[in-house]
Amino acid sequence: MSSKMKTFPLGGIHPDKHKITSQTPIKDAGLPETVYIPVKQHIGAPAKILVNKGDKVKVGTLLADSDGIVSSDVHSSVSGEVLKVEAIEGEFGYLENMITIRVEGDEFEPSIDRSADIIKEIPYTQDEIIQKIREGGIVGMGGAGYPTPIKTTVPEGKKIDILILNGIECEPYLTADDRLMVEHAEEIIIGAKIINKALGIQNAVIAIDENKPEAIKIMQKLTKSYVGVNVQVLKTKYPQGAEKQLIKAIAGREVPNGKLPADVGCIVQNVGTVFAVYEAVQKNKPLFERIVTVSGDKCSMPGNFRTRIGTPAAFLLEKCGGIPEDTAQVVFGGPMMGTSAVNIQAPVTKLTSGLLLLSESISRKGEEEQCIRCGKCVAACPMGLEPFAIARYARQNMFNEVKPLHVLDCIECGCCAYICPARIPLLDYCKLAKNELKKRK
Amino acid sequence: MLKVSTAPHVSSSKTTAMLMKDVVIALLPAAAASIFIFGISALAVILTSVAGCVLCEYLINRYLFKNPVNTLHNYSAIITGLLLAFNLPSSMPAWMTLVGCFVAIGIAKMAFGGLGKNLFNPALAGRVFLFISFPVQMTTWPIPNWRDFLNIDMQTGATTLNVLKHIDASSSATSLMSKTAELPDYAHMFFGLTGGSLGEVSAAALLLGLAYMLYRRVITWHIPFYYMATVFLITGMMWLLTDNPKYDPITHLLSGGLMLGAIFMATDYVTSPMFKNGQIVFAVGCGILTVAIRLYSSYPEGVSFAILIMNAFVPLIDAYCRPRPFGKGGVK
Amino acid sequence: MDNLVLMNILILSGVALAAAVLLYYAAQKFYVEENPKISEVEECLPGANCGACGRAGCHDFATACAGADDAGFSKLYCPVGGAASMSKIAEILGYAAEEKEPSVAVLKCNGNCQNAPAKYEYEGVKICRIADKICNGRSGCPDGCLRLGDCVKVCKFGALHIDEETGLPVVDEDKCTSCGACVNICPRKLFEIRPKGKNGQRVYVACSNKQKGALARKNCKVACIACGKCAKIVPEITIENNLSYIPASVSAEKFGKELSEACPTGAIIYKKPEGSDEQ
Repeated sequence: MSSKMKTFPLGGIHPDKHKITSQTPIKDAGLPETVYIPVKQHIGAPAKILVNKGDKVKVGTLLADSDGIVSSDVHSSVSGEVLKVEAIEGEFGYLENMITIRVEGDEFEPSIDRSADIIKEIPYTQDEIIQKIREGGIVGMGGAGYPTPIKTTVPEGKKIDILILNGIECEPYLTADDRLMVEHAEEIIIGAKIINKALGIQNAVIAIDENKPEAIKIMQKLTKSYVGVNVQVLKTKYPQGAEKQLIKAIAGREVPNGKLPADVGCIVQNVGTVFAVYEAVQKNKPLFERIVTVSGDKCSMPGNFRTRIGTPAAFLLEKCGGIPEDTAQVVFGGPMMGTSAVNIQAPVTKLTSGLLLLSESISRKGEEEQCIRCGKCVAACPMGLEPFAIARYARQNMFNEVKPLHVLDCIECGCCAYICPARIPLLDYCKLAKNELKKRK
Repeated sequence: MLKVSTAPHVSSSKTTAMLMKDVVIALLPAAAASIFIFGISALAVILTSVAGCVLCEYLINRYLFKNPVNTLHNYSAIITGLLLAFNLPSSMPAWMTLVGCFVAIGIAKMAFGGLGKNLFNPALAGRVFLFISFPVQMTTWPIPNWRDFLNIDMQTGATTLNVLKHIDASSSATSLMSKTAELPDYAHMFFGLTGGSLGEVSAAALLLGLAYMLYRRVITWHIPFYYMATVFLITGMMWLLTDNPKYDPITHLLSGGLMLGAIFMATDYVTSPMFKNGQIVFAVGCGILTVAIRLYSSYPEGVSFAILIMNAFVPLIDAYCRPRPFGKGGVK
Repeated sequence: MDNLVLMNILILSGVALAAAVLLYYAAQKFYVEENPKISEVEECLPGANCGACGRAGCHDFATACAGADDAGFSKLYCPVGGAASMSKIAEILGYAAEEKEPSVAVLKCNGNCQNAPAKYEYEGVKICRIADKICNGRSGCPDGCLRLGDCVKVCKFGALHIDEETGLPVVDEDKCTSCGACVNICPRKLFEIRPKGKNGQRVYVACSNKQKGALARKNCKVACIACGKCAKIVPEITIENNLSYIPASVSAEKFGKELSEACPTGAIIYKKPEGSDEQ
């Protein structure tokens, strides 16, 4: 471990952290009366539904099978009866295909190892590991939702030499990964060894930023007994958790635009994903629950909860003291990249890292003003883009002029819109330009 | 009723108005210094100028621009007013100041479309207009006399740069000596006890403002540093080569509007380049032009012209000094 | 002194002369050969460069016209200039212009603030194409108008404005050139270019909601519930995806009143002929 604190060089911002739940131990959220399990919780094709109305399911029963390579299995997170298999309103208010299950008891599939023992031996071969990850329905839990089996397979003709575990969690408020690293450090390290074996390499770097001292201490202590696994402490800066920025900070390599991390020999996995890999491989436990941070300045009892996938957000929020009258927004995910919910009955998915209740004073955007050319958006952009120029053209629907501004490289981190003193919704214009350019391709 | 909005759901607390307010605060030490040094007439010039600029912006917004956008709340007109006043001598007649306000706000700023769209720094445009139109009044410099606060007995004299300009003309050794003796010492110049425009005399007060703006992250250090460093290096080299007091780099740094220009006018967001590399090019260009005008033109002072000329190059600089996007031809 | 004045005059005249000669030769050298008909055709065009014809501006369209053969020319049409422009162009080029019925854009949604009240406040950026991605719209209708006015901003002819009371965009029929910009920009494809109809009589379904009847009605009073009553009156009317569609061929004169009265939710709008009393 080098003594000098690393970080990515270009752009970045320092939003207020608000990590109010970093000392709160993970609690069980409990079981709701009904769960709604979407069949598409990942990038790619929706899973093919295997169950019908009236079927009895147990915790861990396969509900929907992956359809093709870029897709993922979906498992039941509760035991009970399938009430409906049809489209209902999701987070944005649009109809999404979901499987509604009425909860009856809490019976697990017999194959799942529910003991608390930590299993260190990895007796499986490369192919077996990947197969188990696929059967576990694991996807990238940092937010992208890219099916993990693809990311644990070395692409043909490429050489991977570093596995990076992303324990950055740079979004304000969220502490799910932080608590996971504190409470399940050893499992994460074994998970890293499992992925190492699948990739056929020997080393892994756990990247943690300096504002998580507890996690750093535990990880540094435990990694001593594992050869090849190291902890790298990074300077806190948003968006360090973004894949390309993290690779630049850890390995000093720059992913060329339009290429994948594997092209520079790196694979990045979120620590939550790695933990899920451990459970799927060593304990036969598919991904049916995840840690969700419930927080925000309007949340009276914030905390970190082990939540079953499909639990309605409203149920979880009720556990934390309900939604006060003057709450302005309910946000799924972090405040920088999360989405504000239209429907609070929408379920927690594999990708929901947090639920935030934000007040008017925090979420208020203010009136959009004239650009004063301060250049703060350019200085803040971690991808070296020119958000002000993109916005100027996108506003006039001049998308041909946007083309040479590399807007397709935008990682939608929101730094530009965060920092803009004139309150121009720069990120929205960038997204608009991206959508239009993609449409034209 | 819940609200639905687009990401990001949090934003920096710094709005345009707050940034501008910080600039106003950073300008206050210099304003205080000028009132202390030049007395009540300085206060009168500052108030006239600020009131003139704000009124001008209000009237144009209200009656010429169809959309009733209120741009007064973001303090930009107040900054222009303060900066314009800082560029005038304390003996400036009020009506001339108001003409300057009209040129600054009406012509240099609002005619281009208002805040964010002007090509030239409004305060400097106003100053240069006055300078060319009323050269006598603009170059009559009251001698600082802080005991005479009410300006009962105002005397005028030459500025440091005027003295420097004439060193060249005096050929004999004795006159050179006497001219050099006219130059104020560095401490006087640093604290502002020399003749000159309101805001430019006290380097100490301006540096205080710079420190505040850097602390509040309103500006970065690049433009002021590169601007002053360029002037210092060029004059320094010439001074070493010729040993002529005309080129004394410290006198050049502390005298005239250099500090005021480098700290407050060249760093104006709207009229300076947006990217870091461009800002360096801009600042160095300003420095070279300032020295060239000071030494080789008929004007004793070149900061205003230098910044205005470089303002015109900003779009060109922005077009060529763009940042390198991540993942484009970097380290593989 | 006199000498000086004379010299000045001579030098300046000399410079002017040199510049004039230079300009003349430059104009000669860089002259671009162009079919003279192109500029003639361009004269007839509206000159808005709106791109409604599918070309990059009026000059491009004029070039295409001048270069087209008989069959090619019949495919070219300027929806903005309409039949008047096209017949003039045809005359210049010696072709026969086809008669096309004048058309206008209509909004296939009537989910205004009263019919489809807001369920939540939208505070994001005022761009329909972005709002469409993050929410279903204030009314809760996933196919309804988002009322943020992308169409108003894109209209080059000022034919659209948002009615402050209803929140919906309103088409000014006199200004609308049916260029189709609003059709293309609307993320929910709510505009349709329809023939203006005889005396401006039209009948159409002002709804695009594809949800089942009960679900659609929950969010909006005037949603089409695909009950099929209209299809019983005129068999040409099709019902697909829980939504009825009245083809332009259905005569508004004959069936308009009957259809709009038969619709149980009021989703069918019958626009009475111009000059007749307002409703």
